[in-house]
Amino acid sequence: MISESLVELSRWQFALTALYHFLFVPLTLGLAFLLAIMETVYVVTGKQIYQDMVKFWGKLFGINFALGVTTGLTMEFQFGTNWAYYSHYVGDIFGAPLAIEGLVAFFLESTFVGLFFFGWDRLSKYQHLTVTWLVAFGSNFSALWILIANGWMQNPLGAEFNIDTMRMEMQDFALVLFNPVAQVKFVHTVMGGYVAGALFVLGISAFYLLKKRDVAFAKRSFTVASVFGMCAVLGVMLLGDESGYEMGDVQKYKLAAIEAEWETQEAPASFTLFGIPNQETQQTDFAIKIPYVLGLIATRSTTEQVTGLKDIVAQHEQRIVNGIQAVTALTAIRSGNDTPEARAVFEQHKQDLGYGMLMHRYVADPARSTPEQIHQAAIDSIPSVMPLFFAFRLMVACGIAMFVLLIAALWICYTRRYTQYTWLLRACLCAIPLPWLAIESGWFVAEFGRQPWAIGEILPTFMATSSLTARDLWISLVGFITVYSALLVVEMWLMFRFARLGPSSLHTGRYHLENQRLEADDASPAPVTTTTKLA
Amino acid sequence: MIDYEMLKLIWWLLVGVLLIGFAIADGMDMGAAILMPFVGRNDAERRVVINTIAPHWDGNQVWLVTAGGAIFAAWPPVYATAFSGFYFAMLLVLLALFFRPVGFDYRSKIESPQWRTWWDRLIWFGSFVPTLVFGVAFGNLLQGVPFEVDSMMRASYAGTFFELLNPFAILCGLISVAMIVMHGGAWLMARADRVVAERSRVALQGGAIALVVLFMIAGAWVGQSGMGYVVTEIGDTSGAMNLLNKSVTHASWLAKYDNPLEWIAPLLGIAGALVAFALAGMKRGGLAFVASSLSMAGVIATAGLAMFPFIMPSSLQPAASLTLWDATSSAMTLTIMFWVALVMVPVILSYTLWCYIKMWRRITLEHISSNNHVLY
Ligand code: HDD
Ligand code: HEM
Ligand code: HEM
Repeated sequence: MISESLVELSRWQFALTALYHFLFVPLTLGLAFLLAIMETVYVVTGKQIYQDMVKFWGKLFGINFALGVTTGLTMEFQFGTNWAYYSHYVGDIFGAPLAIEGLVAFFLESTFVGLFFFGWDRLSKYQHLTVTWLVAFGSNFSALWILIANGWMQNPLGAEFNIDTMRMEMQDFALVLFNPVAQVKFVHTVMGGYVAGALFVLGISAFYLLKKRDVAFAKRSFTVASVFGMCAVLGVMLLGDESGYEMGDVQKYKLAAIEAEWETQEAPASFTLFGIPNQETQQTDFAIKIPYVLGLIATRSTTEQVTGLKDIVAQHEQRIVNGIQAVTALTAIRSGNDTPEARAVFEQHKQDLGYGMLMHRYVADPARSTPEQIHQAAIDSIPSVMPLFFAFRLMVACGIAMFVLLIAALWICYTRRYTQYTWLLRACLCAIPLPWLAIESGWFVAEFGRQPWAIGEILPTFMATSSLTARDLWISLVGFITVYSALLVVEMWLMFRFARLGPSSLHTGRYHLENQRLEADDASPAPVTTTTKLA
Repeated sequence: MIDYEMLKLIWWLLVGVLLIGFAIADGMDMGAAILMPFVGRNDAERRVVINTIAPHWDGNQVWLVTAGGAIFAAWPPVYATAFSGFYFAMLLVLLALFFRPVGFDYRSKIESPQWRTWWDRLIWFGSFVPTLVFGVAFGNLLQGVPFEVDSMMRASYAGTFFELLNPFAILCGLISVAMIVMHGGAWLMARADRVVAERSRVALQGGAIALVVLFMIAGAWVGQSGMGYVVTEIGDTSGAMNLLNKSVTHASWLAKYDNPLEWIAPLLGIAGALVAFALAGMKRGGLAFVASSLSMAGVIATAGLAMFPFIMPSSLQPAASLTLWDATSSAMTLTIMFWVALVMVPVILSYTLWCYIKMWRRITLEHISSNNHVLY
């Protein structure tokens, strides 16, 4: 049997590396579009300052991009290294979008990003603009394909189990591509990235405005960011609502968990604004409820019910009982006892195969499960409610806060009093972490809420690991944490340094600090190589 | 509709093409980075080396990512078994690869000599280690890997990390290093400042000779030891197959090389290296680069063809060896992926070529000093 700690550690490792990868991804997604927009303005108006904007924000983009690529490699490797059974079991479907992502998106993004940085004097204005747009599209295509893969894990459509090869196989590629969960997820996630890009530019521009430095540069950046950010945050909120609706459709257990919906209520269900979910007693203490709202959001009707967790557990218990028969028949067939009877039993219970596999966590041979074990498996078949409940509310709260902030930012642009409201500018600066908080908690909701499934209702996470030992995982996990922490420190240090320097880091001679330094340099022609001067 | 058997063959070829593409494209910047401390004697010269590959390394690396993705999609059991079996070797490669994107991008952002020296070391590590380990991995595939597969298709690896470092595998690792040094040398001859280019010529020629010698030693070793496997019985290769229903025994890989046509690959490997050597002597860096690319294609194809139809033979449970007939995805997945690759690969090749043409110039020391703040 697979050890509990191997599974736990594999999950920790994947979670940490994925959340880490996703510190850099949103900024790439958002900044790439902002750069393309700024460069378009440059090409249309011919104003030098817009080119400087592209180059300066491009420098920060590059610092972030390097780590996005670095950490992405880990993700690509990890399905094979740590989720080998998963890779075997669903590779037939899951591998395809990953390979297509490489062919369609990564090549585009990564080939042209080099020209973006180094092609200024080798390309015409229009060619360079095209290159920048291609980078932006490339990164968004990559998000599309990976989220199609992820959407399939949440809602596995268009695939069928094959006894001979002992895995899931593709039946209908169109269903995989046009999976509604994937579509909604894609738009919600990339828009989240745009919000991150916008708040990043907004916050740093606000810093220059506060310092009254390079004001012309800062206020243009501020304006572009606020307009783009407002569109994005509206999109995110709209699609967040859509995500909730899709989830009510295909992942009832997740919806019920993030809403701490223990009992099935009379339709339309009320929405728990706040409370403290208690898994033991299966109720929510100190709940503040708003009537009707949950029913409206999740079902878009006043008559459909939202199934509560207790009812879901009862349904799962029945499916586990059926699934055990499927597992037993399958084991017999695979070990050479391939009788028509066994095939018939398998066919009859095939749709509950995954539920039967849940028992592998409790007994070596699922056929020998006791009723207590089955009951326990059913209880464990819903995710823990409290972390989901709060993570979800954190994301929504960040969304609302950013929406309000962006209204204020737009108002600043509209009135053109860019340097007047220092408290607002300071708020913009302090708000830089908000999109990351929202994004990371969003992923937590999406992925932790999927438990105990690696592939929804098909493959339990418990079964999905590689044949490694807990010791192997300890070594790799400690290694990742060490190296990743060091890389993060270096990245943040550079990012802060260049953000503080601002456009002066371009050495065009047009910006604030350079004028100062030039004067200083005139006074004492300091040697360039001794101390850490910036290139 | 192409029939399933044909598709399986096509995918074997396509993965081969992607691996060779990876070796040629990423090999050039790995090779340049491995040579950097030797051909670049001061900061400006090392920046010359880095800036010859600056616009291209990221695109080149995607060959690796895509080859990985293609193996995942076309041969899921191979992806699962190889990546989890070679766990620490894979993580070592990964660790090394971390330092390239970050190193290239961050190195020249700060003008401190210590900072740059550290990144130079890490970039070197990041280019040398994967080159060595990929060769070592091939060496282990040729010898067979100790893994088992149970009736539920769960694979487990019975070896250790250090067993991977056996003498034959290390020989293969050195072949890989020699090949990449030759290739990187050719690239720098064509693109770097004359001072650097001249030193790179020496590296290219040394690499080419080492490659030819080591490659022939490896061939003799395989012949002497009788290393290899053969499928003696297998079901209907045109259908979906149970991986465990076949028989496999030992037989020398060289048994295949009874047909003169089969000799094309190893001969290309050797001839390519010798031609590269000669062209380097004539100071024709660009042409030497073409020759070294052909040589690498020959060397990799030699290993692939020798193992046909094996992808990953098992030394512990030979019947569970992964072959291109029974370790593949379903016909539908292979078909879809085939069409995608058929459309996308030419598109990718054309825009990549456009980028190289646009950026083609010799990176001189003056170019570095006059673009101090823009370049890596
Ligand atoms: C919503 C977007 C998104 C998501 C969910 C993921 N990624 Fe990612 N990934 C990107 C969006 C992205 C990106 C924006 O395209 C990156 C970030 C910075 C960059 O260079 O490209 C990237 C880089 C990146 C790279 C480096 C590509 C290169 O060399 O240029 C790889 C191999 C992966 N990712 C693989 C993965 C895998 C296997 C994931 C699944 C767990 C994953 N990413 C999640
Ligand atoms: C980059 C954004 C992502 C983040 C932040 C993220 C986050 C997480 C987290 C927190 C977990 C651990 C859940 C748990 O074990 O409790 C997890 C697991 C996992 N995620 Fe994601 N995820 C991301 C994207 C993806 C994508 C795009 C895929 C697939 C294409 C994916 C596949 C998986 C797999 C296979 C596991 C391990 C099995 C499991 O625990 O269910 N993730 N992820
Ligand atoms: C304000 C209203 C918001 C609502 C109603 C909302 C709703 C949701 C829901 C229901 C999910 C889970 C989807 C699933 O598990 O299938 C989710 C996930 C996520 N959210 Fe939000 N969200 C909101 C705001 C935000 C904001 C402001 C951001 C980022 C800037 C964000 C980023 C994400 C991300 C990255 C995910 C994970 C990917 C995904 O599953 O789509 N969300 N959101």
